[in-house]
Parts: sequence; C-alpha cells; structure tokens
Amino acid sequence: MSTELTTMTGAELGAAIAAGQTSAVEVTQAHLDRIAEVDGRVHAYLHVDTEGALAAARAVDSGDGPRGPLAGVPLALKDVIVTRGVPTTVGSRILEGWLPPYDATVTAKLKAAGIVILGKTNMDEFAMGSSTENSAYGPTRNPWDLDRVPGGSSGGSSAAVAAYTAPLSIGTDTGGSIRQPAAVTGLVGHKPTYGGVSRYGLVAFSSSLDQAGPFARTVLDTALLHEVMGGHDPRDSTSIDAPVPPVVAAARQGATGDLTGLRVGVVKEIAGGPGYEPGVEAATRDALARLEKLGATVHEVSCPSFTYALPAYYLIAPSECSSNLARFDAVRYGLRTGDDGVASLEEVMSLTRQAGFGAEVKRRIILGTYALSSGYYDAYYGSAQKVRTLIGRDFAAAFAHADVLVSPSTPTVAFRIGERADDPLAMYAADLCTLPASLAGIPAISVPSGLSEGLPVGLQVMAPALADDRCYRVAAALEADHGHPLTQEAPSL
Amino acid sequence: MTTIESAADVAHRYDPVIGLETHVELGTASKMFCGCPTTFGAEPNTQVCPVCLGLPGSLPVANATAIESTIKIGLALHCDIASWCRFARKNYFYPDMPKDFQISQYDEPLCTDGHLDVVVDGRTFRVEIERVHLEEDTGKSLHVGGATGRIHGADHSLVDYNRAGIPLVEIVTRPVLGTGALAPEVGKAYVTELREVLRGLGVSDVRMEQGSLRCDVNLSLSPAGSGVLGTRSETKNVNSLRSVERAIRFEMGRQAELLDAGGRVVQETRHFHEDTGVTTPGRSKEEATDYRYFPEPDLVPLAPDAAWVERLRAGLPELPAARRARLAASLEASEFELGSMANAGVLELVAETVAAGAPAAEARNWWLGYLAQQANAAGVEPAELAITPAQVARVVALVADGTLSTGLARQAVDGVLETGSSVDEVVAARGLVRVSDVDALGAAVDAAIAAQPDVAEKVRGGKVAAAGALVGAVMKATRGQADAKVVRELVLSRLGAPG
Repeated sequence: MSTELTTMTGAELGAAIAAGQTSAVEVTQAHLDRIAEVDGRVHAYLHVDTEGALAAARAVDSGDGPRGPLAGVPLALKDVIVTRGVPTTVGSRILEGWLPPYDATVTAKLKAAGIVILGKTNMDEFAMGSSTENSAYGPTRNPWDLDRVPGGSSGGSSAAVAAYTAPLSIGTDTGGSIRQPAAVTGLVGHKPTYGGVSRYGLVAFSSSLDQAGPFARTVLDTALLHEVMGGHDPRDSTSIDAPVPPVVAAARQGATGDLTGLRVGVVKEIAGGPGYEPGVEAATRDALARLEKLGATVHEVSCPSFTYALPAYYLIAPSECSSNLARFDAVRYGLRTGDDGVASLEEVMSLTRQAGFGAEVKRRIILGTYALSSGYYDAYYGSAQKVRTLIGRDFAAAFAHADVLVSPSTPTVAFRIGERADDPLAMYAADLCTLPASLAGIPAISVPSGLSEGLPVGLQVMAPALADDRCYRVAAALEADHGHPLTQEAPSL
Repeated sequence: MTTIESAADVAHRYDPVIGLETHVELGTASKMFCGCPTTFGAEPNTQVCPVCLGLPGSLPVANATAIESTIKIGLALHCDIASWCRFARKNYFYPDMPKDFQISQYDEPLCTDGHLDVVVDGRTFRVEIERVHLEEDTGKSLHVGGATGRIHGADHSLVDYNRAGIPLVEIVTRPVLGTGALAPEVGKAYVTELREVLRGLGVSDVRMEQGSLRCDVNLSLSPAGSGVLGTRSETKNVNSLRSVERAIRFEMGRQAELLDAGGRVVQETRHFHEDTGVTTPGRSKEEATDYRYFPEPDLVPLAPDAAWVERLRAGLPELPAARRARLAASLEASEFELGSMANAGVLELVAETVAAGAPAAEARNWWLGYLAQQANAAGVEPAELAITPAQVARVVALVADGTLSTGLARQAVDGVLETGSSVDEVVAARGLVRVSDVDALGAAVDAAIAAQPDVAEKVRGGKVAAAGALVGAVMKATRGQADAKVVRELVLSRLGAPG
C-alpha cells in the first residue's frame, strides 16, 4: 500500500482520502518514509516538518478539518515561501535559523485547503540560478540521473515530485524557475499570469517578475493546485482582482484530446537553432506534429524583440534584487557577523553580507546596484524597461493570430552538476525560452514532450494574460496523447 | 556665544534666497503601507507588523486616506494633481529604515506647481510650491553613550520602529527670492501659514514639538542685484516656528561673513541647535549617497480619478487666508490684530464670540487678555478652556447691562472655568450681583467710617484721596459686589467732602 500511495496522483489521493479508502496520516507517513528512503541521495528537502505534517494530516482525518479535492494530500514547498514557525532560508546562509512569525498567503491557502506541507525544498540562493547548485546548503540531484541538475531555481521542488517524495510541490518562477526545472525532470510546471497568485510572503528576488506556481506529475494535479493557490489578495497590491481562470475545467476538457480549431504559433526566435540540442528540437517537432494530429493548426510567428529578452532580464532582475536584498543587514533578523563590540555598524553590515551571501547573489547585487546608479539608470534600467514594453507588444501582435504560442521550455536536457557552475553566461542561457513570458507577465506552462537520450524534454505553452486555462488545455491534450506521466519512465532511485 | 550680523545689514550686500522642505506626519489611523496604529508615545516596538518591520516576503499596500490627504494638501496649495504617478524606492542603508530603502516619490510626485501667499509687514510674498509628495517615515534611533548623541561614537544604539511607515508628506518650495532683510520672517510666516492650512484641512495634528511637522531650511546668498544664485546650505530639523526664523538669521550672518572674507559656502547639511541658535556642519553633499531611485515594483501606479479630485476640491474647508479676510471684515480688525489672534490660537474663538452677540472689541479683549492668561497659567490652549464663546458673550452682555462689574465678570469667568457650569448658574450660586442701592450700602459705609476714624478725619479735613481706603473696606465687606462709584459718592457725602 505504502509504495502505491507515493505513486498515486494528488487527485487520486484526495479522492481516496475523501472516500475513506485511506487516511491523510497514512498518505503523509508513506511520503515521509519515502523521503527518509531516497532524499539522502536527491537532497530535495532543506527541512522536513514531520510533526507539522502529521498534525495537519490528523486534522484532515478528524473530519472537522478542511475539505476539498486536495485535502490530506502532501506537498513540498519551496523554501522561498514563508511558513510561520518553520525555518525559511531561501537557500541562503543569511537567513539560516530564521523562524518567520507569519504565513505567506500561499501557505495560508494551502493550509485552508487541508494540503499537508511535508517540508521546505532546496533552491538556488534567493532563487538566482538554473541548477540549484547555488544553494548555500549543497546541490539537489535530478532523480533521472543523480549526476545531473534538477533545474533551478526551484530544483528542490521539481526533484521532490520527480522522486515521488511528494505528489505536488510549489515553486517560484522569475525568469523560468518553474518551467525549466519541470522540463528537465519530466514534470508539469506552470507559471501563472503575473498577479494571479499572491506574492505576500514570497521572499522577493525581483518583485515585478516573481510568481509562485504549481508542479505535479500530471496536468490535472497542477491545475487543482493552481486553483488552491490562486486568486486576489488584498495584501499584494499587484495581485489581480479577478477570479482564478478555469484551469481545472480546462485540464479536464484538454484531456479529451480534442484541439480542433486551436491556433498554435511557433515563435521563430526561440524555436531552435544554435545552442539547442538536437534531441530537444526533435521532441519539439514531435509535439507540434501531435498538436496537429489533435486538430490544432500550427504556424510560425516572429517576435523580434525576444532577442533582447536575456540582456533586459539580466538588468531588471538584478536591479530589483539589489534593492530587495538590502534589508538583510544584520539589524533585525538572520545572520550577524563581526559584532565584536568594537566594529562599527557599517562594518557589521558589510561583514554579514560578505559572509551571508553566495557568489551569484553578490554578482547580481553588484550588477543591479551599478545599473541603477545615477548616470547609468537610463542606459541600463531605463532601456531594459523599454525592451520589456516591446516584448509585450510582440506578444500582443502574435496573439492576434494565435491562441497559444509554443517553444521548447529550455534549450537542453538536464546538464551535469558542475558543468556550468563557473560559466554564468552558459547558465543564464538555460532561461532563453522562458524569459519573454516572464517579462510580459503572461502565463506559461511546461509539459513533457518526450525524451532525449533518456532524459526529459519539455514544451512551453504560453497564453495571453489571465488565459492560464489555455495553457492547461493544450498541456492536458498532449499528456492524454502520451498516455501516462513521463516520470513513470524514470529509472527508479 | 556667537555674534552674527543682523539680517538687515546682510541684506544690504547680499540677496538671501530661502527654500523650505517641510515634512508632515499625516494623522491617519493606520500606517502608510500596513494596518498598524499610529498613536504617538506608545511603548517602543509595539506598533509593528511584518510589513513595517520589512520582514522578508512582506509587501506594502497603500493607505487610501493618506493619498486623499495628500491630494487635499495639494489642492489647498493650488497645485496640479497628477493623473498618473508612481511611488519610488530611495535606497540607502540605515538601521532605522527596516527595508534599507524608503518608499517615496521621485520624479513623479502626486502634486506639483502650487503656491502659498504669506503676509509680512503688510507685504505679500508668494511662495511657490515645487512639489508635494507622499512617503513613509523611518523608525527612530536612540544612540546611547558618546558625546554627540549621534551614531558615531555611541556605545550602542536602540531602534524604535513604531514610527516606521507612518505616512509622511513632503512639501518643497521653489527658491524664494526677493525677501531681503525679511527673509527670516518670511520663512517663519510660511511655515506658520502652512501649519494653519494643514490644521484647517484636518490632515495632521501639526505638532512641531512631537515631530509631526518638521522643517529643513535651505539658504544661499547672492551678491545684491547680481541675480546669480549662491551655494546653499541645508539646515535639518528646525523644529519650531521661532527656530525657522533663527536658523535663517544665523545662516545669513554666517554665510555673509564667509563670503566677505573671500571664502566660499560649502554645499552641506547643517544641524540647528535650539539652545545656542547656531548651525553646525553635518554630512557634506560631496560624500552624499546615490539613492538609486527606481519605480517601486511592489505598488501599482497611483491614478487619481478626475471626478474624485474634483469632489475633494469641492469639499475643501475655507482656507485660512480667505477666512481671515472674511473675519477681518466681521471683527473690524487689522491684519496685525488678526495675526495676533491667530498666533494666540483665539481667532476662531473670537469669531464665535462675536457670532454669539458680543461686540468685536470686547470679544477680542477677553480672549487675548484675561482668558489667554488663564490658559497660559493652566498650560492649555485657549480653545481647551472650560468656557465656550457663547458663555463669554453672555459675560460681556451682563457687563454691558450693568449686572456685573469688570471685577465680578472675572469672578464669573473663574467660576465657569472651575466648575464648568453656565455663567448664569455661577452668578446665581455665588451671588455675583453688583449692589448700587444706596440704602443697602449705607450701613456698610457707616461701619467703614466707624472702623477707621482717623481716615475719616483726614477726608473731612479735605484729603479726598484718603477716601480710597474707606471705599476699599466697603468693597471688601461686600465681596466686591458693591458699585465702587456709588460707594465713593456715599463716603464723600457722609463726610461732607467735595465729590
């Protein structure tokens, strides 16, 4: 029974718990056992909250607790989302030992839905990276090949679900940090429309780009979790005051496999070519052929400004991060270094930030500080914002002729641990396909499109703002055509 | 004690140019970006939450009342209200700033291009307002140990975040030219008038001593008639009306002395010292921080709806200048007298007393005279006294119809102040009725003469001035209720002296 529980989907588990065929405690315990068994090798979790998880499960089983399709279903939460009384490190030494005094809105919604939070997952420090190697607590490994990265920055969340230590997880996506890890671990991962999920309690990297979203092994599970997380939050001014798009209905509709009349645009600028692995290009071609087989029409569109997405992103995100990360100053919480009673305030601040931040975080703070400096602002931050506007216009023009736009989720399959660690530009290239949707604030999903030399490849499906349901519908159709979750083809750990 | 040249002498050789930056803490119930209360004087760090402490993950949500108050201020100062503007982050590290950036406004303020007219010595000066913008206040640091009370040299520092996030409006003037020797007075008059405007709007309690109104004074000198602007100093936290005047006066003298000696003024921040009236250098602008302003991505742009702005404009209370003009007519007072009443905080009270039927001169005399003294003695504002303008008007009426003498009227007022009862109740309870009946007073006069035979003898002998002692004795015996004039006539006639 125990192994069976960890291979079931979230929807199946929720139904089984509701029907009394199993209990939330049994389900939770099965996943805690699985964590104990395999996470030593994967290192998806930074903190496992055994007692909190079992208490939440017992509350569901008591019958007085929350009800709903995912009540009692376990989940792994990226360590960038604050949890009251449970450590939240953001993968950084600077917040080691910090116990947040409050819950993020997402955390509160999970709890209200009866979802059991198993623990907090590893990530690139402050969500900066595409491999989870930038975690101050050591890298996470890809369950498909332990020598490879699980993507990043939400690599702990992708690895946890791919390793069957949780049926669901939550990541955050600033430039691709949900879609790229989902692609390289064979999962479904969705970045909602900017403003679709509250950012209150999401430790900020880049405020105008950060967005939390769901991971799961199936499209339906991803949609069910999206429905729980999403919706307006008065605590987040940038949260959209509109109902959650009908993602669950779209996932069910897509699962019928009928895409008749759907217009699919293939974005020329991020469709393939130099830097894209042949296996990724082949899987993408195969996915397009399958979309046509399901009734969609496929044509090419051009979005010329996408060429500038990467440089624009690497000015905007570091600029915002240089300001967002200023508060880690040793005064109120987190690490304090060098406070020997003699050192000045400035010295303590400086020593703490030197010791508490890793190399990539420092690189981006320095880059952003420079880009916002008096005399450079217009040339860097100002120009990047103009590019952002142009990218939005390219999307608007493309969506005039297409219901969804597609591309590979990332140009390569999972790379080897250490392979790009010393080459930031090669690392940044992993986000090439995902950055435009981030900059435009539109929804995008990554859905498995096949294997390349035994490793998963993902297809990115983008839709206009607030039309998240279109992403789910297309993803569900492709998934139905494939037959079962791609993770079933992964080597067992 | 530093001696400095007078403003009048400096103004012979230099044209002073002043500029004022005023920070006003709004009187909203909750903070600018969270729901914490704003009560002054609470236990340190008890009015805080994840947002105003800048905890990781927290986000700001703008206070709509604060935005409304800022627009009202802009409208009262004749500003243009932006149809679209944004908050910006001002980045610098300081422990009393929880996020190590301040949410403020930079190149897109909510209100721009206004003015405020002030009158000094009968001359009207138009002070142009460059901008009015909204931001959040910082916490308060207390530096313990060390000689200066500043962070450098302190043993340790304590930070109270209760004030962090309280909405703060910054009102910045354009350089004010042409004030000459009156620069110190114009500066003071501007802040005074601004305070009246803000008080009238009800947007702040504008208490300089509690820091809810704070002022920075910029001053530069240019050679007389040259029109070439000089280098300015920026004097921080000038926290009383009198200090505004003193700080400008001091800076005029200091800069003139420097320029006369062939030196140059350094652009710097200076600190004003209340005790000595002197400014001393603070941080030099040359080492100033680059604040790396950029639009606040956690907040949506502010786009005040035009109809809303017009509703606010229509709902503005009468502005102090207009009110003064109207009162000048009804109170038959000069601009100077109005100024005295406004400064003493009795203008409204006088106006209401007149409205209740008292002649303007009487009403003014009571509020500026006896009542102002009582308020002063009690350490309260005249408006806080337990007597209403209507009651003062009643006292005035009782004096006018002869019921009360001036002395009795004061006793009646004292009674109202002590008990909170009405004038008529006090008069009745204390028997405060002037006695002018000759028969009723005759016995008292006879008793006084009998008690002081030597004095009576002097009066009989022609020393009329000595009668005062006998009158006094009668007044005392009748507890001040006798009509002193009638008593005097009675004394003189009984003693056969010429009246």
